[in-house]
Amino acid sequence: MLSRWGHDPHALVQVLRETQALTHWLPRALLTHIAQALNLPLAQVEGVATFYRFFHTRPVGRLRVLFSDNITDRLLGSEALLSRLCERLGVAPGQPDVQGRFSVDRCSCTGLCDQGPALLINHHQVITRLDTARVDALAALMLSEVPADQWPADWFHVDNKVLRADVLLSGLSADAPTLPEVLAREPQALIDELARAGLRGRGGAGFPTARKWQACRDADTSTSGPLRCVVCNADEGEPGTFKDRALLSEHADAVFDGMTIAARAIGAQQGWLYLRGEYRYLLPQLQAVLERRRASGLLGANAAGLAGFDFDIRIHLGAGAYVCGEESALIESLEGRRGTPRIRPPFPVERGYLGRPTVVNNVETFCAVAHIARRGGAWWAGIGTASSTGTKIHSVSGDCERPGLYEYPLGTPIAQILADCGAMDAQAVQVGGPSGACVPVSGFHRRIAFDDVPSAGAFMVFNPSRDLFEVARHFARFFAHESCGLCTPCRVGTELVVRRLDKLALVRGAGRGSAFDLQRLHELDALLHSGTHCGLGSSACNPLRDTLAHFGEVYASRTATPQFEPEFDLDAELSAARRVTGRTDAGAHLHTEHKP
Amino acid sequence: MSTANPAPAKLRVATVSLAGCFGCHMSFLDIDERLFELIEHIQFDRSPLTDIKTVGLCDIGLIEGGLCNAENVEVLRAFRANCRVLVAVGACAITGGLPALRNHLDVGDMLQAVYGTVPDDPELPLPLNKVHPIHEVVRIDHSLPGCPPSADAFWHLLQDLIAGREPAHGLIRYD
Amino acid sequence: MSSFSFDGQPVPLQPGDTILQAAQRAGHEVPHLCWHPEVSASASCRVCTVRVDGRPAAACTTAAAAGQRVECHTADLRAQRLHLLQMLFVEGNHFCPGCEKSGHCLLQHQAERAGMTDLHYETLNPERPVDASHPDVLFEPNRCILCQLCVRASDELDGKQVFAIGGHGIATHLLINSASGRLGDSALAVTDRAAHICPVGALLPKRVGFAVPIGQRTFDDAETRG
Repeated sequence: MLSRWGHDPHALVQVLRETQALTHWLPRALLTHIAQALNLPLAQVEGVATFYRFFHTRPVGRLRVLFSDNITDRLLGSEALLSRLCERLGVAPGQPDVQGRFSVDRCSCTGLCDQGPALLINHHQVITRLDTARVDALAALMLSEVPADQWPADWFHVDNKVLRADVLLSGLSADAPTLPEVLAREPQALIDELARAGLRGRGGAGFPTARKWQACRDADTSTSGPLRCVVCNADEGEPGTFKDRALLSEHADAVFDGMTIAARAIGAQQGWLYLRGEYRYLLPQLQAVLERRRASGLLGANAAGLAGFDFDIRIHLGAGAYVCGEESALIESLEGRRGTPRIRPPFPVERGYLGRPTVVNNVETFCAVAHIARRGGAWWAGIGTASSTGTKIHSVSGDCERPGLYEYPLGTPIAQILADCGAMDAQAVQVGGPSGACVPVSGFHRRIAFDDVPSAGAFMVFNPSRDLFEVARHFARFFAHESCGLCTPCRVGTELVVRRLDKLALVRGAGRGSAFDLQRLHELDALLHSGTHCGLGSSACNPLRDTLAHFGEVYASRTATPQFEPEFDLDAELSAARRVTGRTDAGAHLHTEHKP
Repeated sequence: MSTANPAPAKLRVATVSLAGCFGCHMSFLDIDERLFELIEHIQFDRSPLTDIKTVGLCDIGLIEGGLCNAENVEVLRAFRANCRVLVAVGACAITGGLPALRNHLDVGDMLQAVYGTVPDDPELPLPLNKVHPIHEVVRIDHSLPGCPPSADAFWHLLQDLIAGREPAHGLIRYD
Repeated sequence: MSSFSFDGQPVPLQPGDTILQAAQRAGHEVPHLCWHPEVSASASCRVCTVRVDGRPAAACTTAAAAGQRVECHTADLRAQRLHLLQMLFVEGNHFCPGCEKSGHCLLQHQAERAGMTDLHYETLNPERPVDASHPDVLFEPNRCILCQLCVRASDELDGKQVFAIGGHGIATHLLINSASGRLGDSALAVTDRAAHICPVGALLPKRVGFAVPIGQRTFDDAETRG
């Protein structure tokens, strides 16, 4: 395997992933061997192996089950199912059984919110639509060590539930111009067409695509050499988002068309599809599409019949790290390193992958490019609103009758999406995922658009029975878990937020919340919004901020204690001394006070 | 601070050392002859200086030391309940300090290693699993860092509190 | 010469300057921990966060530009800086009275300058065993603030790559490049720049502690000495 990757240290993440697929986990001796083979310091290899959530540096089971732990999975009962499976198997979450047969744990959202609860098997396959019957059957198969490839095929079925298709989800029409016809235009004309379209990035930030491409095309390559790079960001990690999964399954050619158009426009030779580890099951079919495109001359030397246009696309698999959705962290990961966001400037368009000018765009953006290049910028600009052109795909999940994918022109009111998906009694929608906005009923008239409520594609609905404090606490845990650990406010601040919310939720058996805790939460929110290294930190308190603003009562009821109370359980603090003295008298206990 | 009622002629001040070494108290006494001036404005309630055993209603409570056992917690709570202004004094009260160096050891194992048969007399306060700084258990109004805080630091703090000013914290050092 | 405004004062700038470099050259204090002139910036501590034309930015990595309006010592930024320092104190175990670095410690100095009198947050009590395996250098990870200066110094100045960063989130930690993961088995020499660049007491040359009398230490001055 090492030779297949050419002993390239930049392939470290891929080498670790493929190694672990064989060895289940990554013992230190194995890391030492890999470090030597790739000529890397062991500490660097260890640093990478301990960064990604899907790498295990401690023993795990030969069969690893990871329950998707998005809030939407929880709304569908994932926690009870996890407990049930653990009980059937006789293991605790995170602990392999004594024979090392299996282990069960949680992972961040797997992008199957419309058919959850879901879980991952060996980071390689997904099981959707879990219920107690399926969990019981799963436990039986695991206990009898039946290999996963002999499990019912129906369990692994992923349904791309397209419930409202507009341009992108309808696909390219049969009579659309071919890619060679599109690429026959001057590279600059391709960029100009995007500028006319007013296309903005679909990954969340909404940066004008034409400007990004132009900056990359114009980048000074005197120090980096002449090579340029195109990267498709398929690290769809924002909880509640699953539109890219469907585009990659059903419209991969359009996505690769978009990447090839970008390559032609900026003069790139190399393309990368950064596929999130959770979507590993899509790898064979995506590779087959690439192989077909190579065979038909759309990739490779003189691609699409253009003399001198040499362009190919490789697939890099992520290994469970939300922060890699940030484009510079993604590039670090592509280079085989920890996915820590870079200091910018320089921006990737100036110095990206291996120092080369690099364009990174979202799957949906490239898909839009494929359409715009064929039908023209003016056509796209005629859809949506003046400042938010084109369509947007929404991944609808949570409390609604018809979860799935809905594509609308930008500028569509939230209320219409709610009506269409059958969510007539929603109390709130989390638009754009936890880093987006929690919109209350009073905001349902607002429109999904860059200048109103922007969205990276998630649309999670909560009905009045849901406790939005618990939703915010869940998202706070997510951000603390996904923090890369580089900068102080995010590394420590996200942890402090979790501890404060846990205190309010009484999960630590500790004292109750008071106005002091509320004050502290406001402070942490302000701190994280003003000066983290990247967007993960700065948006980590968005759910907290929004729910404090719109649903203050769910905090007020938990912060009503008049005096300050400790975060930890004072009586539990005497447990070790009670154990060794055997004392049970009144003086052997100390209670956290709950005075009226 | 409330200004509804005129301040009493003398402020009542209580002091205590929890899990501390009394070094902060010693440093306090280092204000030397200024004690005479101070005593014009304050009178001591519970304190090692008075031998009063329980804290009464006070204006100012000065707490030295962190929390290492159940009794420390009870005393701290009594101070919080009785003192209008509570001041954490010194590194141990503020951070847990030297006693907190045991926080990575199991206190039960430690007791067994030291005593063999661990005394179980109900008179003895049980040690906490971890030593905690006092702000983790009650609300603290002001903190005076240092190991110990200098006599001048005590002096300025009390001058400010007597005058009803927010303490200015001109002299901050942690060692 | 072009200039920008730093807390209302004009600061001349040279090509390639960061805000921190230009402001320091002009005699302004920009509080910082993870920045050092000899190595590249990591922008990790965020203590040097300033506002540039109203937007937060790390002064150590943000290019200075003519006409910028930089705010550094405002009440808001002071409060924010204080909280960042308090976060670093509760994240590790920083017990100044028992630390050889006291008086030479940049974290202590910045906290004293920031007027920190308490920890504000709860102590997190991480489990980080001390590594005393190296004959000449002590590694006390409880004091590590993850500034990465040793990582960069070992890589960029010593050419040894003795250190790396491991883990993520609150479990992020410093790694030592050796078969055992311990400092004594690494290539670190006490003469390495990386053995001396630590701004706190996490990496300390052995047998030289407390050599400088109080009053003559790096950060001793009239104000902190009383």
